[in-house]
This record gives sequence, C-alpha cells and structure tokens, in this order.
Amino acid sequence: MSAAAAQRLTEIKKRYPHPHSAVMSALYLAQEELGVIDQRGIQWVSEQLEMAPVHVQEVATFYTMYYKQPVGAYHFQVCRTLSCALRGSKHLTEHLKKRFHIKPNEVSADGKWSYEEVECLGSCGTAPMCEINDTYFENLTPEKLEAIIQRIEKEKPELRLSTLTDSLGDGLQGQPKSEVR
Amino acid sequence: MGNHRQILLKNIDHPDQHTVAGYESRGGYSVIKKAMGLDPLAVLEEVKKSGLRGRGGAGFGTGQKWSFIPRNSGKPIYIVQNADESGPGTFKDRLLLERDPHLVIEGQLICAWAVQSNFSVIYIRGEYGYPYIRIQRAIDEAYAKGYLGENIFGSGFTHHMIVHRGAGAYICGEETALLNSLEGKKGQPRLKPPYYPAAIGLYDCPTVVNNTETLAACVAILENGGEWYAAIGTEKSTGTKLISASGHINKPGIYEIEMGYPLLQFIEEECGGIWKGRNLKGVMPGGSSFPILRADELAGVNIDYESLSKAGSHVGSGGFMVMDDHTDMVEAALNVAHFYAHESCGQCTPCREGGHWIEKIFGRISKGGGLPGDVQLVESICGQVAGHTICAFGEALAWPAQSFIRKFPEEFRGRISEAREGRVISRESMNADVGGSH
Repeated sequence: MSAAAAQRLTEIKKRYPHPHSAVMSALYLAQEELGVIDQRGIQWVSEQLEMAPVHVQEVATFYTMYYKQPVGAYHFQVCRTLSCALRGSKHLTEHLKKRFHIKPNEVSADGKWSYEEVECLGSCGTAPMCEINDTYFENLTPEKLEAIIQRIEKEKPELRLSTLTDSLGDGLQGQPKSEVR
Repeated sequence: MGNHRQILLKNIDHPDQHTVAGYESRGGYSVIKKAMGLDPLAVLEEVKKSGLRGRGGAGFGTGQKWSFIPRNSGKPIYIVQNADESGPGTFKDRLLLERDPHLVIEGQLICAWAVQSNFSVIYIRGEYGYPYIRIQRAIDEAYAKGYLGENIFGSGFTHHMIVHRGAGAYICGEETALLNSLEGKKGQPRLKPPYYPAAIGLYDCPTVVNNTETLAACVAILENGGEWYAAIGTEKSTGTKLISASGHINKPGIYEIEMGYPLLQFIEEECGGIWKGRNLKGVMPGGSSFPILRADELAGVNIDYESLSKAGSHVGSGGFMVMDDHTDMVEAALNVAHFYAHESCGQCTPCREGGHWIEKIFGRISKGGGLPGDVQLVESICGQVAGHTICAFGEALAWPAQSFIRKFPEEFRGRISEAREGRVISRESMNADVGGSH
C-alpha cells in the first residue's frame, strides 16, 4: 500500500470521533489500490487503525462492496430486485452471459469483464438498470447495454467514483437522473 | 407535477439547485438563520406541531424523537442522517441528495440547532456514487460559506457535518445497525431496549437518527410554521410524501403528493395508468417490507398512514411498486424472498434460517416441484420469524411472503397441483423474468 493511501487515511480518521469509524473508508482505499480485499488489505487496515485483523476481516466480509475475489476491469452489476425484474432485468443478464461467455462472478480471460446480479440499487423508476464500476446506467434494454459495451471498448472510460464528474449528460452516464414528475 | 402542492420538490428542476449559489438564490439557508434566532426548544415545538412522521418507513413522530434527547447528559449529542436508501422500490432520497443537497443540509442543521448537536453524519449507501459526490461537494460549499463549522451566523454555535459511505448492506438502514456500522463494526442491529438510540446511540452518546426526506421536510416546517404543515394532508398523516413509483406503470418516477390522496387516482393520473393497456393486479404501496394489496382491495384506499393501515399495508418508505395482470405472483414472491434471504444479517436464527427456507419453498413451487403442504409451511415459518428477531427485519421478511400466499393462494396452489399431477408446463416467464414485460 502506498504512502499516499496512508496519508489519506490519516486525514479521514481525524473526521470521526473514533478512528475505528474509518474502517470502511480504509477498506475502500485498500480496494482502490489492490483491486480486491485480501490478506494484504486486511493487514494494512488493521495496522493503520490499530484494530485486530479479525475485526477488519469481519467488516470486510459483511459488506458486499468489498470484493473478496477479483472482478474485471469493467464489473457489471445488474439489479435483479422486483422493480427491475418486473421490467425485464433478466434479459440484461442474459445478454452479458452471451456477450462475455462467462457466468456471474467469473472474470473473462482478458481480465476485462465480469458481472453479477445484485439487490436493489435504488433506481427503480428507471428500471431495468445496471451499475458498471461506480456508474449507473438506467432505462436499459439489451440493445442499449450492448451499445454501452461498444462505447466502453472504444473509449475505455474508467467509470470510477474518482472519475465521476458533474457532467451528467455526457452520454456514457446513460440516463442517471432520477425522473421527476 | 399535477396539482399537488410541491414542498420538497418545488425547486428540484432548477439546473443550478445543487449549487450553493443556486440554493441561496431561492431563499436557501434563510430558514436556518431564522431558526437560530429562536430558542432550540421552540424549534423542536414547531416540528412537533407539524405532526411530521419519519419518512424512512416506520413513521415515528419526528418531534417526539427529538424530544427524547437528554440535553444535560454531559455527553456529545450526535445526528445521523439515514441515507442508506436500500429498500426495494425506494429511490426518493437519492433525488434529494443529487438535486437539492443543500436542502438536506439545511434540514439537518435545523435538527442540530433543536437538539444542540455539534456533529452529524450523513450515512449514504455505498452504491450511490453520484449522490455522494453531490452531497460532499455541497457540504464543502456550505463550509466555505460559513453555514457549517464554527460560529455559524456569528452565534457561537458550532456544527460539523461529514458523509460516510456504506458498502452494500440493506440492514444498515436499520438505525442501530447503522450506528454499529458507523462505529466500525459489522452492521448488525443492537439488542433492544433501549428502543431508541436517543440516550444511547453512536458511541453510546445521545443520537437522533432521521431519514433524508424527514430532515428535508423540516426546512419548510420552520419556514412556514408547524401548524401550516399540519394543515396539509390528513389529521394523522400530515404534509406531503415523496412516492417512488415503479413497476408496470406508464410513468415511473418520483412524485410529491399530499397525504390522503386516493391510491387508484394516483396510479391513473400521476403514474399514467398501467402500461400496455393492461389491468392492475396488485401494488406494494410502501416498499417490499409491507404487504401487497390486490387490485380489488384498493377502492376507497388513500395514500396515508390511517388508510393504508386499515387496508392491511403501510405508507412505509413510499416505495410504490405496481404489478399488472400478467405478473406471475409466484415469481414476484420468490424475487422478494430472495432479497430478504440475501440481506439477513445472520444474527438471529429465525431470520437467518427462515429467509432461506421461504426462498427455497417459493423456488421449488416456481420450478414445478412444490409439495402439497408448502403454502401452510410458508405460513408457519412466517409466524415463527415475525416478532422473534432483534429488529424489524423479521417482519419485513415475513409480512410480504405471507401476503403473497394469502392474497393469491390459487396461483401457489395451482402451481403445486399442476406439478403433482405431472402437468408441469414450461412457462416462458419462469426463467425469463417475473413476467409482464412481454
């Protein structure tokens, strides 16, 4: 883990009344750098926050957003919960399965793609939807999803939290605005 | 937006509303300034008078909750905003956080003044990347303008506010699980009593936990007075409510309606009716944690606490999920059961085991392997889960499951007897989706 990450964590720790509250942020920092949460990340967080490794491990395994197994450079999370299912989310997953020739939670041979079905992502009004890395794509059909995949192949955007900008309308964001009536 | 009075969403369409300049240009931060000229207890009194009830799902009186805070314990007082919006069908807080984040901050500041808190946290679900960026930026702007930090408006009052990202656990929306998560532990609910974190909350200090929409509503209440707010809606369900409408309707989206609005009219007029010219089969009006209502049970039902309770469901979070007459209710029940089985925190045996058991039974009924006693078995499991767990997740798991088998028994029994008689037909919808999309 880099010195920069340790520095960032020191700043984050200060914001909380108790440093242990920074454990979730610390795990995000580790994941950002290592791509996965394994023993290296657990050990680093444990040392930085003076927490027992087992407690860090407990936290890391409790939450779904810490990846215990590697994911692809583009990780697709298709919402499978009721509102999305009612509007055909299954067809999105089927498209990904055919497109990438992998099963959920597998990574394609080139390390580029992976996907899984996840629980409600809070964009039921724009169902069905899919989160790619940290970015929401909404009001999807298999055709629209395929168009997004092709743009990703061509433009290689990061779609990470750190690269999300304020320009909601740049196209690759899909239609992220919750629809107001 | 129809003819409904817009309180929470009145400025939502202004493209610069998320910036401090845009917010200020429409009167932003003038209400907190005015409120800080009042005695904190007078502010609390206005919120009490408004009759505002928690918008996260439970519907507990907001003013009452604030009044539980002990003011002289010698411990710091904390506020935690529950923006861990993860309940199926609910997406309203995201809109506020993305498009009107300063309203959320101002509401939280009103609470901070009322209970005299110097530190608050916005706990936002981890997947909400874009709303996180927007609210964090708004907080930075508010600090730069002196609305947060030390000596706000020269009053000597200090308030610090931070954002904390969750990491994908529905249970952290339960307030004591949320506090544990915030303390750096697994997000598992705490034993009750104490029933409220008012006296023993974050780091064992007095804590108010309120939903995003609840805090946002406090701005208009302090601007216009508690009595003004209480005059909107019905006697026990005051004000307006954000409804997240989704499913088989022509116009899914977020609607602000006055409490007491007729449910069927809401579907017809606001939501544009059922899609594809089909008919309504059922609706889960308050998110997936409360019972489904059948179309024939909806005549005369209004969207408010009294009316929906009488009808056997709840306003909940306003996660309004509509199903058309092509929906396969076995698949819908299975979908919901899977969610709860997946999201159980695993602490209490009835919930941890019961959730998976119910999912397994719905799963085999769906696949044509249902057994004759399965419907009764689900009923029995639900009875053993609800009321037997540390938190309300037990009810949230049991009530919808129970409601599906009680309201649509013929679908479950029909599927089971077909299977028993060897008449299993490969339903297209079974492995495709819940149905209704084709």
